Amino acid sequence: MAKQYETVIGLEVHVELATKTKIFCGCSTEFGGEPNTHTCPVCTGMPGSLPVLNKQVVEYAMAVGLATNCEITRYCKFDRKNYFYPDNPQNYQISQLYLPICRNGYVEIETPDGPKKIGIHEIHMEEDAGKLIHDDWEDCSLVDFNRSGVPLIEIVSEPDMRSADEVIAYLEKLRLLIQYLGASDCKLNEGSMRADVNLSVREAGSETFGTRTETKNLNSFKAIARAIANEQERQIDLLEAGEQVIQETRRWDDNKEYSYAMRSKEDAQDYRYFPEPDLVPISISEEWLEQVKAAQPEFRDAKRARYVAELGIPEYDADILTASKKMADIFEAVVALGKKPKEVSNWLMVETMRLLKDNNMEPEDLSFSPEHLAALITLIEEHTINRTVAKEVFEQIFREDVDPVAYVEEKGLKMDSNADELQAVIARILEENPQSVADYRAGKQKAIGFLVGQTMRATQGKANPGMVNQILIKMLNQ
Amino acid sequence: MANIISDETIDYVGILAKLDLSAEEKEQAKKDMGRMLDYIDKLNELDVSGVEPMSHVFPVHNVFREDVVTNGDDRENMLANAPEQKQGQYQVPKTV
Amino acid sequence: MKINHMTAVELGKAIKAGKVTAADAVNAFYDRIGLVEQDINSYVTVIDRETALRKAEEIQAGIENGTLTGPLAGVPVAIKDNMCTAGVKTTCSSKILYNFEPTYTATAVEKLERAGAVIIGKTNMDEFAMGSTTETSYFGETKNPWNPAHVPGGSSGGSCAAVAAEECAYALGSDTGGSIRQPSSFCGVTGIKPTYGTVSRYGLIAYGSSLDQIGPVSKDVTDAATILEIIAGYDPKDSTSVKREDYDFTAALTEDVQGMKIGIPRDYFGEGLNPEVKAAVLQVANVLKEKGAVVEEFDLGLVEYAIPAYYVIASAEASSNLERFDGVKYGYRTENYNGLHDMYKKTRSEGFGAEVKRRIMLGSFVLSSGYYDAYYLRALRTKALIKQAFDAAFAKYDIILGPAAPTTAPKLGESLADPIQMYLGDIYTISVNLAGLPGMTVPCGIDSKGLPIGAQLIGNCFEEKKLIRAAYTFEQTRTYQRPAMAEEGVD
Repeated sequence: MAKQYETVIGLEVHVELATKTKIFCGCSTEFGGEPNTHTCPVCTGMPGSLPVLNKQVVEYAMAVGLATNCEITRYCKFDRKNYFYPDNPQNYQISQLYLPICRNGYVEIETPDGPKKIGIHEIHMEEDAGKLIHDDWEDCSLVDFNRSGVPLIEIVSEPDMRSADEVIAYLEKLRLLIQYLGASDCKLNEGSMRADVNLSVREAGSETFGTRTETKNLNSFKAIARAIANEQERQIDLLEAGEQVIQETRRWDDNKEYSYAMRSKEDAQDYRYFPEPDLVPISISEEWLEQVKAAQPEFRDAKRARYVAELGIPEYDADILTASKKMADIFEAVVALGKKPKEVSNWLMVETMRLLKDNNMEPEDLSFSPEHLAALITLIEEHTINRTVAKEVFEQIFREDVDPVAYVEEKGLKMDSNADELQAVIARILEENPQSVADYRAGKQKAIGFLVGQTMRATQGKANPGMVNQILIKMLNQ
Repeated sequence: MANIISDETIDYVGILAKLDLSAEEKEQAKKDMGRMLDYIDKLNELDVSGVEPMSHVFPVHNVFREDVVTNGDDRENMLANAPEQKQGQYQVPKTV
Repeated sequence: MKINHMTAVELGKAIKAGKVTAADAVNAFYDRIGLVEQDINSYVTVIDRETALRKAEEIQAGIENGTLTGPLAGVPVAIKDNMCTAGVKTTCSSKILYNFEPTYTATAVEKLERAGAVIIGKTNMDEFAMGSTTETSYFGETKNPWNPAHVPGGSSGGSCAAVAAEECAYALGSDTGGSIRQPSSFCGVTGIKPTYGTVSRYGLIAYGSSLDQIGPVSKDVTDAATILEIIAGYDPKDSTSVKREDYDFTAALTEDVQGMKIGIPRDYFGEGLNPEVKAAVLQVANVLKEKGAVVEEFDLGLVEYAIPAYYVIASAEASSNLERFDGVKYGYRTENYNGLHDMYKKTRSEGFGAEVKRRIMLGSFVLSSGYYDAYYLRALRTKALIKQAFDAAFAKYDIILGPAAPTTAPKLGESLADPIQMYLGDIYTISVNLAGLPGMTVPCGIDSKGLPIGAQLIGNCFEEKKLIRAAYTFEQTRTYQRPAMAEEGVD
């Protein structure tokens, strides 16, 4: 009989923090600059340069630790991790090994068997590496240090996960917490959140862990799920064939849907960690910790409850609105501009979600200003445009963040409220559709719907539907 | 000499330190390191149990920068030092 | 008085008084360099005279219009070649940095420039400051101006030789295990290694980050205090920089040791100390006693453990600090290579000299898996004990007096053959770096071979002023002795 196996998964999640400057120098962390234009002697490892720690990094790390129920290490230090690679300008990375800033936390995820705690072993602060671009023509690589020194936290979980679903639930939970904190936008596809999967398999019921591998280069939840499936199968196949799993780092190729070992005789994997002599320890006082605690935002559960209780939003809607910090922020901003919560919620729940889906986007990618959605709602409230036109305008807001007032004006989308003109159009419609008129007059009330539709089409949707109805009834009853 | 340094150790340290030693240099390095470690073993005479390792002499802590951009673009100057550069980047032998 | 013979402060006064111009000063030292540099080799780089003269004129104008009022405005200075100077080659006397031009200037050097210093060159040193003789330089050894058959000491040998040979008015050196104090002793000049954190390390190319300090090299105590006052200061760019209460070092230039308690560590005067050095240093104690100090012998303890602890810590830090020299961003890259790792290895193997490689190998080994606790942590624990021993001593004494080195300058070529023997020469200076203390060398005699002897004063953390006071008081009893070669030549 085939053996039953259990998969054991732990995650190392790197998150780029949303600071304005790098962790150890005053260079901008902004994306998209020309190569090496956001660099200085410190983040390119120039001789004689020295690091100075960005305070905001410590506060973000503390905030994430608090949000994940960690103990905050009141006296923590940085260490050097030594390894040679061209994207690592000093050939050592400043990280934390011996005294990481957070330890012993957990997050709770939902599973089919109910809530489950995923332990967090530690969270430490470190610097990101630069970017390597491979030039196939000249058979060389090119180094851009713009990302070198961007602050990261690495969140190391306990090996508490047993399936890809749990892994994704854990990542989504972490991502949401961190987004709520404003500590990162956590975009997997852009690399501001990266997950390395430590995976081993063991016979079901076994108490000891099997040999684990670490899989890197996972750029989406889908890739993570595929890599997990692939790796557990690979390990089980090895064990079934009587072979051993080798402890190693593997790189996932999502196009080919397979991973390969990143082995090299030049990599001794002996990082020679020692305390960073160029930085002094961090001592976190009770007072500082309290300040960071006090500044923690309202997290999802509290927000959801408030939307239901105070804003009269249905639970289902509140759940979706709070599933993304960005969405919740837009919702609250538009409501703060005086719009009815339910109306705002409808725009986000229906149109926004549809457009996100159509465009294969995440809520975090939303870039329109709440003011423009509020203005759009005002235009509807004031009967300047009808809902059909409003949806069209919203697409423009969604895409280009246009100002709806100016846009409606410019495109001539205002509702036609000129009764005389409308009367002329309706007179023509009635003339062209004698059967419908007769039906209505014979008591078939439904026929009016067809006539309204014809009128709206004739006015290219600009007519005020209420007014169309009113005039139609009046004229039909004449 | 109490500390005998093997060829394997010297090769391993060479990989860590990215140093390629000639056969002669290796022999010398084995001798030098062995002698140095013998000398360093003198530290074992001291009872250091219960003594906290001291990395920083002074109890200075919490030295921070505010999160404010202070650096501009000095790419041309910095790249001027690069042994090889291309398109504003440092050129290195292919890494994959 | 000849310009070259003046102390830096004397020259600064003469310039301010209009007796000489900053350009005269520059010319005097360039002439001197032209005359003696080929014999001494103090410099790796001498900035071209025209550039220095332009700078001198700028400064002269600043002095005349009253914007530059400092004591060293217009005075030419030499900088050890491990401090970054924007646009001026900074090599650490290594092939691996043979062509490196920093894009920025070290904080200490910047402070001198703001005070009106005219930088005339970068001085030779042991490669990456690893050595005690300045013989490990890729650019050739520096010779001792007192006798060119002898070494100037190291690693700041170029700075100390340049001051002694009067190729500059004063210089900056750096001290990780004695690299200012020992060559100062060998060259008959005055040098201070300040309390760790007193002078910014920003722009100082690191050897042992937890031990390195920049300090002055000069002809007398007044100069040393004056220079230190300019270069010291809290620097937000150096996280290990300390905010001190006092930076007014020149306030301690008083002849007063009345009641000062001076400890003479017996452990510094035992086996291995040359008798002539011993006698000269004990004579300093006698002089200070006559001036009112209370001198007492005591046992410091742990002295023999400082060197092994130092070599573990310094080599470990160095192995990491020197990883950045890899042929990617600056400096030397090997000509022929096959792939990335081959490029790394060849670049580093060809770019570093034997002593640097020796320490990188040792440092990588003591940090490697399985050895960290046994070597590195044990060394850090030993360091803590050494610090405690000094704390106990300074509970009783204001300063500690001893030799700076066991002998006077050895002959060229005698030291490198036996590294451990060479390391032992640092026995009196190294523990000061481990404990972060200030130390100072003052010339105190000439041995029978005609080579200078230096005495070392060691103070408690942040108590440079006591050292300066004692050194100044002692200095009043003698006159500056220059090497014979400095008496000759042009002005």
